[in-house]
Amino acid sequence: MVGTNTAFDSAVIRRDFPLLAKEIDGKPLVYLDSANTSQKPNIVIDTMAKFMRESYAPINRSAYTLAANATELFENARNAVAKFINSNNSREIIFTKNATEALNLIVNSWGRANLQRGDVVLLTHMEHHANIVPWQMLQQERGIELRWVPLTSDFQLDLSSLESLLTGVKVFSFTSMSNVLGTINPVEKLCAAAHAAGALAIVDACQSVPHAPTDVQAWGADFAMFSSHKMCGPSGLGVLWGREEILQAMPPYLGGGNMISEVRLDGFTCAELPAKFEAGTPAIAEVVGLGAAVEYLSSVGMANIRQHEIATSSYVLEMLTSRFGDDITIHGPRNPELRGATFSFAFRGIHPHDLSQVLDQSNVCVRAGHHCAKPLMKIIGANATARASFYLYNTTADADALADALDSASDIF
Amino acid sequence: MPGIEDLYREIILDHYRTPRNRGELPPPAVSCEGNNPLCGDDICIYLDVADGVVRDVKFSGQGCSISQSSTSMMTVAVKGKTVAEVQAFVRRFKHMMTLTEGDDEVDQSINLGDIEALQGVVKFPVRIKCATLGWNTLLEALKETQN
Ligand SMILES: Cc1ncc(COP(=O)(O)O)c(C=O)c1O
Repeated sequence: MVGTNTAFDSAVIRRDFPLLAKEIDGKPLVYLDSANTSQKPNIVIDTMAKFMRESYAPINRSAYTLAANATELFENARNAVAKFINSNNSREIIFTKNATEALNLIVNSWGRANLQRGDVVLLTHMEHHANIVPWQMLQQERGIELRWVPLTSDFQLDLSSLESLLTGVKVFSFTSMSNVLGTINPVEKLCAAAHAAGALAIVDACQSVPHAPTDVQAWGADFAMFSSHKMCGPSGLGVLWGREEILQAMPPYLGGGNMISEVRLDGFTCAELPAKFEAGTPAIAEVVGLGAAVEYLSSVGMANIRQHEIATSSYVLEMLTSRFGDDITIHGPRNPELRGATFSFAFRGIHPHDLSQVLDQSNVCVRAGHHCAKPLMKIIGANATARASFYLYNTTADADALADALDSASDIF
Repeated sequence: MPGIEDLYREIILDHYRTPRNRGELPPPAVSCEGNNPLCGDDICIYLDVADGVVRDVKFSGQGCSISQSSTSMMTVAVKGKTVAEVQAFVRRFKHMMTLTEGDDEVDQSINLGDIEALQGVVKFPVRIKCATLGWNTLLEALKETQN
Protein backbone atom coordinates (compact mmCIF):
# COMPACT_ATOMS: atom_id res chain seq x y z
CA MET A 1 0.00 0.00 0.00
CA VAL A 2 1.16 3.50 -0.79
CA GLY A 3 1.97 5.84 2.09
CA THR A 4 0.98 9.51 2.06
CA ASN A 5 4.49 10.65 1.30
CA THR A 6 5.35 8.10 -1.34
CA ALA A 7 5.09 9.12 -4.95
CA PHE A 8 1.60 8.49 -6.20
CA ASP A 9 1.38 6.10 -9.13
CA SER A 10 -2.04 5.17 -10.45
CA ALA A 11 -0.56 2.26 -12.38
CA VAL A 12 0.49 0.76 -9.04
CA ILE A 13 -2.77 1.72 -7.29
CA ARG A 14 -4.64 -0.07 -10.06
CA ARG A 15 -3.28 -3.41 -8.89
CA ASP A 16 -5.24 -3.01 -5.66
CA PHE A 17 -8.47 -3.25 -7.69
CA PRO A 18 -8.96 -6.82 -8.98
CA LEU A 19 -11.79 -5.97 -11.34
CA LEU A 20 -9.61 -3.54 -13.26
CA ALA A 21 -7.42 -6.44 -14.34
CA LYS A 22 -10.41 -8.07 -16.00
CA GLU A 23 -10.43 -8.47 -19.76
CA ILE A 24 -13.50 -8.79 -21.93
CA ASP A 25 -12.97 -10.46 -25.31
CA GLY A 26 -9.24 -10.25 -24.68
CA LYS A 27 -9.23 -6.49 -24.32
CA PRO A 28 -8.55 -4.67 -21.05
CA LEU A 29 -11.30 -2.86 -19.20
CA VAL A 30 -11.20 0.94 -19.28
CA TYR A 31 -13.45 1.95 -16.41
CA LEU A 32 -14.42 5.62 -16.68
CA ASP A 33 -17.63 5.69 -14.66
CA SER A 34 -16.43 6.30 -11.12
CA ALA A 35 -18.62 9.39 -10.66
CA ASN A 36 -21.44 6.89 -10.94
CA THR A 37 -19.90 4.25 -8.72
CA SER A 38 -16.31 3.28 -7.99
CA GLN A 39 -14.54 -0.06 -8.17
CA LYS A 40 -13.45 -1.80 -4.96
CA PRO A 41 -9.93 -2.48 -3.71
CA ASN A 42 -8.91 -5.91 -2.37
CA ILE A 43 -8.72 -4.57 1.16
CA VAL A 44 -12.45 -3.72 1.13
CA ILE A 45 -13.46 -7.00 -0.49
CA ASP A 46 -11.26 -9.00 1.86
CA THR A 47 -12.28 -7.13 4.99
CA MET A 48 -15.96 -7.72 4.26
CA ALA A 49 -15.41 -11.37 3.39
CA LYS A 50 -13.31 -11.91 6.51
CA PHE A 51 -15.91 -10.17 8.65
CA MET A 52 -18.68 -12.37 7.30
CA ARG A 53 -16.57 -15.50 7.63
CA GLU A 54 -15.22 -14.84 11.10
CA SER A 55 -17.04 -12.09 12.93
CA TYR A 56 -20.56 -11.58 11.61
CA ALA A 57 -23.19 -11.04 14.30
CA PRO A 58 -25.92 -8.55 15.20
CA ILE A 59 -24.77 -5.25 16.59
CA ASN A 60 -26.03 -3.37 19.64
CA ARG A 61 -28.42 -6.11 20.67
CA SER A 62 -26.77 -9.05 22.27
CA ALA A 63 -24.38 -9.64 25.13
CA TYR A 64 -22.49 -12.61 23.75
CA THR A 65 -18.88 -12.16 22.75
CA LEU A 66 -19.38 -12.58 19.02
CA ALA A 67 -21.97 -9.79 18.99
CA ALA A 68 -19.86 -7.54 21.19
CA ASN A 69 -16.91 -7.95 18.82
CA ALA A 70 -19.06 -7.25 15.76
CA THR A 71 -20.40 -4.13 17.45
CA GLU A 72 -16.87 -2.99 18.16
CA LEU A 73 -15.80 -3.48 14.53
CA PHE A 74 -18.91 -1.61 13.38
CA GLU A 75 -18.23 1.31 15.72
CA ASN A 76 -14.55 1.37 14.75
CA ALA A 77 -15.70 1.97 11.20
CA ARG A 78 -17.91 4.82 12.33
CA ASN A 79 -14.91 6.35 14.13
CA ALA A 80 -12.81 5.98 11.00
CA VAL A 81 -15.45 7.79 8.92
CA ALA A 82 -15.70 10.55 11.54
CA LYS A 83 -11.95 11.04 11.42
CA PHE A 84 -11.90 10.91 7.62
CA ILE A 85 -14.11 14.01 7.31
CA ASN A 86 -12.88 15.60 10.56
CA SER A 87 -16.19 15.36 12.33
CA ASN A 88 -16.19 16.62 15.92
CA ASN A 89 -17.22 13.19 17.18
CA SER A 90 -18.70 9.97 15.87
CA ARG A 91 -22.18 10.67 17.26
CA GLU A 92 -22.47 13.02 14.30
CA ILE A 93 -22.06 10.14 11.83
CA ILE A 94 -25.37 8.57 10.83
CA PHE A 95 -25.40 5.55 8.52
CA THR A 96 -28.13 5.58 5.89
CA LYS A 97 -28.90 3.53 2.79
CA ASN A 98 -27.20 6.07 0.50
CA ALA A 99 -26.78 9.82 0.11
CA THR A 100 -30.27 10.07 -1.34
CA GLU A 101 -31.76 8.67 1.85
CA ALA A 102 -29.65 11.09 3.89
CA LEU A 103 -31.14 14.04 2.01
CA ASN A 104 -34.63 12.64 2.45
CA LEU A 105 -33.91 12.27 6.15
CA ILE A 106 -33.01 15.94 6.47
CA VAL A 107 -36.00 17.13 4.48
CA ASN A 108 -38.44 14.91 6.33
CA SER A 109 -37.09 15.39 9.82
CA TRP A 110 -35.53 18.85 9.94
CA GLY A 111 -37.58 20.21 7.05
CA ARG A 112 -40.97 19.15 8.37
CA ALA A 113 -40.14 20.43 11.83
CA ASN A 114 -38.80 23.78 10.71
CA LEU A 115 -40.26 24.84 7.37
CA GLN A 116 -43.71 26.33 6.89
CA ARG A 117 -45.65 27.70 3.93
CA GLY A 118 -43.69 30.50 2.29
CA ASP A 119 -40.31 29.57 3.80
CA VAL A 120 -37.53 29.64 1.23
CA VAL A 121 -35.01 26.93 0.35
CA LEU A 122 -32.12 27.92 -1.91
CA LEU A 123 -30.69 25.31 -4.29
CA THR A 124 -28.51 25.63 -7.39
CA HIS A 125 -28.94 24.82 -11.05
CA MET A 126 -26.29 22.12 -10.84
CA GLU A 127 -27.96 19.84 -8.29
CA HIS A 128 -28.49 16.10 -8.60
CA HIS A 129 -32.15 15.00 -8.44
CA ALA A 130 -31.43 13.76 -4.91
CA ASN A 131 -31.03 17.38 -3.79
CA ILE A 132 -34.05 18.61 -5.74
CA VAL A 133 -36.92 16.15 -5.59
CA PRO A 134 -37.14 15.71 -1.77
CA TRP A 135 -37.47 19.52 -1.49
CA GLN A 136 -40.08 19.55 -4.25
CA MET A 137 -42.01 16.87 -2.35
CA LEU A 138 -42.00 19.12 0.71
CA GLN A 139 -42.98 22.02 -1.54
CA GLN A 140 -46.07 20.11 -2.69
CA GLU A 141 -46.97 19.28 0.89
CA ARG A 142 -46.10 22.55 2.60
CA GLY A 143 -45.98 25.25 -0.03
CA ILE A 144 -42.36 26.19 0.63
CA GLU A 145 -40.60 28.30 -2.01
CA LEU A 146 -37.59 27.00 -3.95
CA ARG A 147 -35.00 29.44 -5.27
CA TRP A 148 -32.05 28.67 -7.52
CA VAL A 149 -28.50 29.94 -7.88
CA PRO A 150 -27.85 30.15 -11.65
CA LEU A 151 -24.66 29.30 -13.56
CA THR A 152 -22.15 31.52 -15.30
CA SER A 153 -21.13 30.90 -18.90
CA ASP A 154 -18.02 29.06 -17.68
CA PHE A 155 -20.03 26.55 -15.65
CA GLN A 156 -19.43 28.06 -12.21
CA LEU A 157 -22.14 29.09 -9.79
CA ASP A 158 -23.06 32.70 -10.51
CA LEU A 159 -22.54 34.21 -7.06
CA SER A 160 -23.01 37.83 -8.15
CA SER A 161 -26.51 37.95 -6.63
CA LEU A 162 -25.98 35.42 -3.87
CA GLU A 163 -26.66 37.90 -1.11
CA SER A 164 -30.04 38.91 -2.46
CA LEU A 165 -30.91 35.29 -3.33
CA LEU A 166 -30.18 34.39 0.29
CA THR A 167 -32.49 37.03 1.69
CA GLY A 168 -35.09 35.35 3.87
CA VAL A 169 -33.72 31.89 3.09
CA LYS A 170 -33.96 29.17 5.77
CA VAL A 171 -31.77 26.56 4.06
CA PHE A 172 -29.08 26.68 1.39
CA SER A 173 -28.42 23.19 0.04
CA PHE A 174 -25.78 22.76 -2.65
CA THR A 175 -23.37 20.28 -4.16
CA SER A 176 -19.66 20.48 -3.39
CA MET A 177 -18.91 19.28 -6.91
CA SER A 178 -21.17 18.84 -9.92
CA ASN A 179 -21.55 15.24 -11.06
CA VAL A 180 -22.12 16.49 -14.61
CA LEU A 181 -19.83 19.50 -15.10
CA GLY A 182 -17.08 18.56 -12.69
CA THR A 183 -17.25 22.09 -11.23
CA ILE A 184 -15.93 22.34 -7.69
CA ASN A 185 -17.85 24.85 -5.62
CA PRO A 186 -16.35 27.14 -2.94
CA VAL A 187 -17.96 25.28 -0.05
CA GLU A 188 -16.52 27.38 2.81
CA LYS A 189 -17.59 30.60 1.19
CA LEU A 190 -21.10 29.30 0.49
CA CYS A 191 -21.53 28.03 4.04
CA ALA A 192 -20.38 31.39 5.42
CA ALA A 193 -22.81 33.24 3.15
CA ALA A 194 -25.65 30.96 4.23
CA HIS A 195 -24.89 31.55 7.90
CA ALA A 196 -24.58 35.31 7.42
CA ALA A 197 -28.13 35.19 6.07
CA GLY A 198 -29.32 33.07 9.01
CA ALA A 199 -29.73 29.97 6.82
CA LEU A 200 -28.63 26.41 7.39
CA ALA A 201 -25.88 25.12 5.05
CA ILE A 202 -26.27 21.61 3.62
CA VAL A 203 -23.49 20.20 1.45
CA ASP A 204 -24.16 17.35 -0.97
CA ALA A 205 -20.62 16.02 -0.77
CA CYS A 206 -21.12 12.88 -2.89
CA GLN A 207 -18.68 13.92 -5.58
CA SER A 208 -15.98 15.51 -3.45
CA VAL A 209 -15.52 13.25 -0.42
CA PRO A 210 -14.11 10.40 -2.60
CA HIS A 211 -11.73 12.72 -4.42
CA ALA A 212 -10.30 15.36 -2.07
CA PRO A 213 -9.56 15.97 1.60
CA THR A 214 -12.74 16.78 3.53
CA ASP A 215 -12.98 18.83 6.70
CA VAL A 216 -16.61 19.44 7.61
CA GLN A 217 -15.59 21.71 10.49
CA ALA A 218 -13.43 23.89 8.27
CA TRP A 219 -16.31 24.03 5.78
CA GLY A 220 -18.53 25.40 8.54
CA ALA A 221 -21.40 23.27 7.21
CA ASP A 222 -24.42 22.10 9.18
CA PHE A 223 -25.03 18.88 7.26
CA ALA A 224 -23.14 16.90 4.63
CA MET A 225 -23.82 13.56 3.02
CA PHE A 226 -22.07 11.10 0.74
CA SER A 227 -22.33 7.53 -0.51
CA SER A 228 -19.97 4.69 0.33
CA HIS A 229 -20.12 3.15 -3.15
CA LYS A 230 -18.48 6.17 -4.81
CA MET A 231 -15.46 6.03 -2.48
CA CYS A 232 -14.26 2.44 -2.89
CA GLY A 233 -16.74 1.14 -0.33
CA PRO A 234 -19.74 -1.16 -0.81
CA SER A 235 -23.14 -0.06 -2.13
CA GLY A 236 -26.23 0.09 0.06
CA LEU A 237 -24.63 2.49 2.49
CA GLY A 238 -24.52 6.26 2.83
CA VAL A 239 -23.34 8.69 5.46
CA LEU A 240 -25.13 11.68 6.91
CA TRP A 241 -22.99 14.00 8.94
CA GLY A 242 -24.73 16.69 10.96
CA ARG A 243 -23.76 19.08 13.72
CA GLU A 244 -24.63 17.38 16.98
CA GLU A 245 -26.84 20.12 18.41
CA ILE A 246 -28.96 20.21 15.27
CA LEU A 247 -29.30 16.42 15.15
CA GLN A 248 -30.24 16.50 18.85
CA ALA A 249 -33.07 18.91 18.23
CA MET A 250 -34.50 17.03 15.24
CA PRO A 251 -37.40 14.59 15.46
CA PRO A 252 -36.67 11.01 14.35
CA TYR A 253 -37.20 10.01 10.73
CA LEU A 254 -37.76 6.26 10.46
CA GLY A 255 -39.22 4.53 13.49
CA GLY A 256 -38.58 1.00 14.72
CA GLY A 257 -35.93 -0.99 16.48
CA ASN A 258 -32.58 0.45 17.51
CA MET A 259 -33.80 4.09 17.41
CA ILE A 260 -35.68 3.98 20.71
CA SER A 261 -34.69 4.02 24.34
CA GLU A 262 -38.18 3.15 25.60
CA VAL A 263 -41.43 1.96 24.06
CA ARG A 264 -44.70 1.67 25.98
CA LEU A 265 -48.25 1.16 24.76
CA ASP A 266 -48.77 4.88 24.99
CA GLY A 267 -45.60 6.09 23.28
CA PHE A 268 -41.85 5.95 22.89
CA THR A 269 -38.69 7.90 23.63
CA CYS A 270 -35.79 8.16 21.21
CA ALA A 271 -32.36 6.67 21.62
CA GLU A 272 -29.30 8.89 21.81
CA LEU A 273 -27.38 9.85 18.67
CA PRO A 274 -26.53 8.29 16.32
CA ALA A 275 -28.95 5.39 16.99
CA LYS A 276 -31.87 7.83 16.97
CA PHE A 277 -31.58 8.04 13.19
CA GLU A 278 -30.60 4.43 12.54
CA ALA A 279 -33.84 2.50 12.75
CA GLY A 280 -33.70 -1.21 12.06
CA THR A 281 -30.78 -3.51 11.39
CA PRO A 282 -28.10 -1.56 9.55
CA ALA A 283 -25.85 -2.65 6.68
CA ILE A 284 -23.42 -4.30 9.09
CA ALA A 285 -20.80 -5.82 6.79
CA GLU A 286 -21.04 -2.80 4.49
CA VAL A 287 -20.21 -0.40 7.31
CA VAL A 288 -17.18 -2.52 8.17
CA GLY A 289 -16.26 -2.42 4.47
CA LEU A 290 -16.57 1.36 4.37
CA GLY A 291 -14.25 1.51 7.36
CA ALA A 292 -11.67 -0.39 5.30
CA ALA A 293 -12.29 1.94 2.34
CA VAL A 294 -11.57 5.11 4.30
CA GLU A 295 -8.46 3.52 5.80
CA TYR A 296 -7.35 2.65 2.29
CA LEU A 297 -8.05 6.12 0.90
CA SER A 298 -6.27 7.71 3.87
CA SER A 299 -3.22 5.55 3.35
CA VAL A 300 -3.07 6.58 -0.30
CA GLY A 301 -3.63 10.15 0.87
CA MET A 302 -6.58 12.28 -0.16
CA ALA A 303 -4.31 15.18 -1.08
CA ASN A 304 -2.41 12.82 -3.39
CA ILE A 305 -5.66 11.72 -5.00
CA ARG A 306 -6.68 15.33 -5.54
CA GLN A 307 -3.28 16.12 -7.11
CA HIS A 308 -3.57 13.08 -9.35
CA GLU A 309 -6.99 14.19 -10.53
CA ILE A 310 -5.79 17.72 -11.25
CA ALA A 311 -3.01 16.23 -13.37
CA THR A 312 -5.50 13.87 -15.02
CA SER A 313 -7.81 16.78 -15.81
CA SER A 314 -4.98 18.76 -17.39
CA TYR A 315 -4.03 15.78 -19.51
CA VAL A 316 -7.57 14.88 -20.58
CA LEU A 317 -8.54 18.46 -21.46
CA GLU A 318 -5.38 19.04 -23.47
CA MET A 319 -5.35 15.69 -25.20
CA LEU A 320 -9.02 15.68 -26.19
CA THR A 321 -8.84 19.25 -27.46
CA SER A 322 -5.67 18.71 -29.44
CA ARG A 323 -6.96 15.47 -30.98
CA PHE A 324 -10.50 16.55 -31.74
CA GLY A 325 -10.57 20.35 -31.70
CA ASP A 326 -14.09 21.67 -32.26
CA ASP A 327 -15.46 18.16 -32.77
CA ILE A 328 -15.65 17.76 -29.03
CA THR A 329 -17.53 20.03 -26.64
CA ILE A 330 -16.73 19.59 -22.97
CA HIS A 331 -19.46 20.93 -20.70
CA GLY A 332 -17.41 22.14 -17.78
CA PRO A 333 -14.63 24.43 -16.54
CA ARG A 334 -11.32 24.43 -18.43
CA ASN A 335 -9.21 25.15 -15.38
CA PRO A 336 -8.12 21.83 -13.79
CA GLU A 337 -7.82 23.52 -10.38
CA LEU A 338 -11.51 24.39 -10.43
CA ARG A 339 -12.81 21.00 -11.43
CA GLY A 340 -12.76 17.31 -10.69
CA ALA A 341 -11.84 14.72 -13.30
CA THR A 342 -15.43 14.23 -14.51
CA PHE A 343 -16.07 15.22 -18.12
CA SER A 344 -19.44 15.49 -19.79
CA PHE A 345 -19.11 15.97 -23.49
CA ALA A 346 -20.72 16.04 -26.90
CA PHE A 347 -18.82 14.49 -29.80
CA ARG A 348 -19.36 15.08 -33.54
CA GLY A 349 -23.14 15.18 -33.13
CA ILE A 350 -23.25 11.49 -32.20
CA HIS A 351 -25.95 10.77 -29.68
CA PRO A 352 -24.41 9.85 -26.28
CA HIS A 353 -26.27 6.56 -26.23
CA ASP A 354 -24.76 5.56 -29.54
CA LEU A 355 -21.39 6.84 -28.44
CA SER A 356 -21.34 4.79 -25.25
CA GLN A 357 -22.47 1.73 -27.20
CA VAL A 358 -19.57 2.05 -29.63
CA LEU A 359 -17.09 2.80 -26.82
CA ASP A 360 -18.27 -0.40 -25.15
CA GLN A 361 -16.86 -2.31 -28.13
CA SER A 362 -13.45 -1.19 -26.87
CA ASN A 363 -14.44 -1.94 -23.24
CA VAL A 364 -14.48 1.78 -22.50
CA CYS A 365 -17.17 2.29 -19.85
CA VAL A 366 -18.74 5.75 -19.85
CA ARG A 367 -22.17 6.86 -18.77
CA ALA A 368 -24.64 8.30 -21.25
CA GLY A 369 -27.79 10.12 -20.26
CA HIS A 370 -29.00 12.96 -18.07
CA HIS A 371 -26.96 11.92 -15.01
CA CYS A 372 -29.91 12.54 -12.68
CA ALA A 373 -29.61 16.27 -13.26
CA LYS A 374 -32.35 17.03 -15.77
CA PRO A 375 -32.79 20.72 -14.88
CA LEU A 376 -29.05 21.24 -15.42
CA MET A 377 -29.14 19.36 -18.73
CA LYS A 378 -31.88 21.67 -19.93
CA ILE A 379 -29.79 24.69 -18.95
CA ILE A 380 -26.72 23.48 -20.82
CA GLY A 381 -28.97 22.69 -23.76
CA ALA A 382 -28.45 18.94 -23.98
CA ASN A 383 -30.95 16.12 -23.58
CA ALA A 384 -28.14 13.82 -22.72
CA THR A 385 -24.34 13.80 -22.60
CA ALA A 386 -21.66 11.17 -22.48
CA ARG A 387 -19.62 11.35 -19.28
CA ALA A 388 -16.16 9.99 -18.62
CA SER A 389 -15.10 10.17 -14.98
CA PHE A 390 -11.65 9.32 -13.64
CA TYR A 391 -10.51 8.21 -10.22
CA LEU A 392 -7.32 7.31 -8.39
CA TYR A 393 -6.85 4.12 -10.42
CA ASN A 394 -7.20 5.72 -13.85
CA THR A 395 -4.07 6.39 -15.86
CA THR A 396 -3.35 8.54 -18.90
CA ALA A 397 -3.53 5.26 -20.87
CA ASP A 398 -7.24 5.13 -19.97
CA ALA A 399 -7.68 8.63 -21.35
CA ASP A 400 -5.88 7.64 -24.55
CA ALA A 401 -8.07 4.55 -24.87
CA LEU A 402 -11.12 6.80 -24.61
CA ALA A 403 -9.84 9.01 -27.41
CA ASP A 404 -9.01 6.03 -29.64
CA ALA A 405 -12.48 4.60 -29.09
CA LEU A 406 -14.04 7.98 -29.92
CA ASP A 407 -12.21 7.90 -33.21
CA SER A 408 -13.73 4.52 -34.02
CA ALA A 409 -17.22 5.90 -33.32
CA SER A 410 -16.77 8.44 -36.10
CA ASP A 411 -16.22 5.58 -38.52
CA ILE A 412 -19.73 4.26 -37.93
CA PHE A 413 -21.76 7.45 -37.88
CA MET B 1 -20.18 -9.42 -26.73
CA PRO B 2 -22.59 -9.20 -29.68
CA GLY B 3 -21.15 -7.35 -32.65
CA ILE B 4 -21.98 -3.70 -33.09
CA GLU B 5 -22.86 -4.39 -36.74
CA ASP B 6 -25.95 -6.29 -35.50
CA LEU B 7 -27.14 -3.05 -34.01
CA TYR B 8 -26.17 -0.43 -36.54
CA ARG B 9 -27.45 -2.02 -39.76
CA GLU B 10 -27.20 0.12 -42.86
CA ILE B 11 -30.97 0.65 -43.18
CA ILE B 12 -31.07 1.89 -39.58
CA LEU B 13 -28.26 4.35 -40.16
CA ASP B 14 -29.97 5.48 -43.35
CA HIS B 15 -33.18 6.36 -41.50
CA TYR B 16 -31.10 8.02 -38.78
CA ARG B 17 -29.20 10.20 -41.26
CA THR B 18 -32.27 11.00 -43.36
CA PRO B 19 -35.32 10.57 -41.19
CA ARG B 20 -38.66 10.28 -43.03
CA ASN B 21 -41.73 12.17 -41.88
CA ARG B 22 -39.85 14.42 -39.53
CA GLY B 23 -41.87 17.49 -38.64
CA GLU B 24 -45.13 18.48 -37.05
CA LEU B 25 -48.82 18.43 -37.92
CA PRO B 26 -51.13 21.22 -36.80
CA PRO B 27 -54.36 20.45 -34.93
CA PRO B 28 -56.81 18.82 -35.39
CA ALA B 29 -54.08 16.18 -35.72
CA VAL B 30 -53.36 14.87 -32.22
CA SER B 31 -49.89 15.04 -30.75
CA CYS B 32 -48.44 12.92 -28.01
CA GLU B 33 -45.10 13.07 -26.21
CA GLY B 34 -43.13 10.11 -24.99
CA ASN B 35 -39.84 10.02 -23.16
CA ASN B 36 -37.26 7.58 -22.04
CA PRO B 37 -36.56 8.52 -18.42
CA LEU B 38 -33.33 6.53 -18.46
CA CYS B 39 -31.58 8.59 -21.10
CA GLY B 40 -33.68 11.74 -21.31
CA ASP B 41 -34.70 11.24 -24.92
CA ASP B 42 -38.07 12.54 -26.02
CA ILE B 43 -40.21 12.02 -29.07
CA CYS B 44 -43.43 13.68 -30.14
CA ILE B 45 -45.79 11.87 -32.53
CA TYR B 46 -48.33 13.81 -34.61
CA LEU B 47 -51.18 11.72 -35.90
CA ASP B 48 -53.96 12.56 -38.32
CA VAL B 49 -56.66 9.88 -38.35
CA ALA B 50 -59.84 10.21 -40.38
CA ASP B 51 -62.49 7.59 -41.06
CA GLY B 52 -60.45 5.01 -39.18
CA VAL B 53 -57.39 5.49 -41.42
CA VAL B 54 -54.01 7.04 -40.62
CA ARG B 55 -53.91 9.89 -43.15
CA ASP B 56 -50.63 11.35 -41.98
CA VAL B 57 -48.06 10.92 -39.26
CA LYS B 58 -44.97 12.93 -38.32
CA PHE B 59 -42.51 13.02 -35.47
CA SER B 60 -40.19 15.45 -33.72
CA GLY B 61 -37.85 15.28 -30.74
CA GLN B 62 -34.35 14.17 -29.89
CA GLY B 63 -32.94 10.74 -29.53
CA CYS B 64 -30.28 8.22 -30.38
CA SER B 65 -29.92 6.53 -33.75
CA ILE B 66 -32.06 3.59 -32.65
CA SER B 67 -35.02 5.60 -31.39
CA GLN B 68 -34.91 8.02 -34.31
CA SER B 69 -34.60 5.41 -37.05
CA SER B 70 -37.14 3.09 -35.47
CA THR B 71 -39.66 5.94 -35.31
CA SER B 72 -38.86 7.02 -38.86
CA MET B 73 -39.41 3.50 -40.21
CA MET B 74 -42.59 3.21 -38.20
CA THR B 75 -44.09 6.36 -39.71
CA VAL B 76 -43.43 5.06 -43.21
CA ALA B 77 -45.05 1.75 -42.37
CA VAL B 78 -48.23 2.96 -40.70
CA LYS B 79 -49.21 5.74 -43.06
CA GLY B 80 -52.35 4.73 -44.97
CA LYS B 81 -53.15 1.78 -42.68
CA THR B 82 -56.40 1.46 -40.76
CA VAL B 83 -56.29 1.87 -37.00
CA ALA B 84 -56.85 -1.86 -36.54
CA GLU B 85 -54.03 -2.66 -38.95
CA VAL B 86 -51.72 -0.27 -37.11
CA GLN B 87 -52.53 -1.88 -33.78
CA ALA B 88 -51.79 -5.34 -35.14
CA PHE B 89 -48.59 -4.03 -36.73
CA VAL B 90 -47.38 -2.53 -33.45
CA ARG B 91 -48.14 -5.80 -31.67
CA ARG B 92 -46.12 -7.69 -34.27
CA PHE B 93 -43.20 -5.26 -33.82
CA LYS B 94 -43.26 -5.40 -30.04
CA HIS B 95 -43.36 -9.15 -30.24
CA MET B 96 -40.21 -9.09 -32.33
CA MET B 97 -38.64 -6.95 -29.62
CA THR B 98 -39.80 -9.72 -27.22
CA LEU B 99 -41.84 -7.34 -25.14
CA THR B 100 -45.28 -8.89 -25.47
CA GLU B 101 -46.46 -11.98 -23.67
CA GLY B 102 -49.19 -14.20 -25.05
CA ASP B 103 -48.36 -14.98 -28.65
CA ASP B 104 -51.92 -15.74 -29.76
CA GLU B 105 -52.74 -12.11 -30.41
CA VAL B 106 -49.73 -11.56 -32.62
CA ASP B 107 -50.33 -12.04 -36.31
CA GLN B 108 -47.07 -13.61 -37.47
CA SER B 109 -48.07 -13.23 -41.10
CA ILE B 110 -47.59 -9.46 -40.92
CA ASN B 111 -44.48 -8.54 -42.84
CA LEU B 112 -42.40 -5.92 -41.05
CA GLY B 113 -40.22 -5.25 -44.08
CA ASP B 114 -37.20 -3.04 -43.37
CA ILE B 115 -38.17 -2.89 -39.74
CA GLU B 116 -36.87 -6.44 -39.34
CA ALA B 117 -33.45 -4.80 -39.26
CA LEU B 118 -34.21 -3.68 -35.71
CA GLN B 119 -34.22 -7.27 -34.51
CA GLY B 120 -30.51 -6.96 -33.71
CA VAL B 121 -31.43 -4.52 -30.93
CA VAL B 122 -32.75 -7.44 -28.88
CA LYS B 123 -29.14 -8.49 -28.31
CA PHE B 124 -28.58 -5.14 -26.55
CA PRO B 125 -31.34 -5.21 -23.93
CA VAL B 126 -30.79 -1.67 -22.64
CA ARG B 127 -31.51 -0.36 -26.13
CA ILE B 128 -34.91 -2.05 -26.53
CA LYS B 129 -36.54 0.92 -24.84
CA CYS B 130 -34.94 3.18 -27.46
CA ALA B 131 -36.40 1.09 -30.28
CA THR B 132 -39.89 0.98 -28.82
CA LEU B 133 -40.16 4.60 -27.65
CA GLY B 134 -41.79 5.89 -30.84
CA TRP B 135 -44.11 2.91 -31.08
CA ASN B 136 -45.43 3.25 -27.55
CA THR B 137 -45.95 6.94 -28.16
CA LEU B 138 -47.86 6.10 -31.34
CA LEU B 139 -50.17 3.85 -29.31
CA GLU B 140 -50.80 6.73 -26.90
CA ALA B 141 -51.56 9.05 -29.81
CA LEU B 142 -53.95 6.46 -31.29
CA LYS B 143 -55.80 6.34 -27.98
CA GLU B 144 -56.20 10.09 -28.09
CA THR B 145 -57.70 10.01 -31.56
CA GLN B 146 -60.31 7.65 -30.22
CA ASN B 147 -61.38 9.98 -27.42
C1 LIG C 1 -23.96 15.01 -6.57
C2 LIG C 1 -24.69 13.76 -6.21
N1 LIG C 1 -25.63 13.81 -5.25
C3 LIG C 1 -26.33 12.72 -4.89
C4 LIG C 1 -26.11 11.50 -5.48
C5 LIG C 1 -26.94 10.33 -5.05
O1 LIG C 1 -26.17 9.31 -4.56
P1 LIG C 1 -26.83 7.89 -4.28
O2 LIG C 1 -27.47 7.45 -5.56
O3 LIG C 1 -25.70 7.02 -3.87
O4 LIG C 1 -27.84 8.09 -3.20
C6 LIG C 1 -25.13 11.40 -6.47
C7 LIG C 1 -24.85 10.12 -7.13
O5 LIG C 1 -25.21 9.82 -8.23
C8 LIG C 1 -24.43 12.56 -6.85
O6 LIG C 1 -23.51 12.52 -7.83
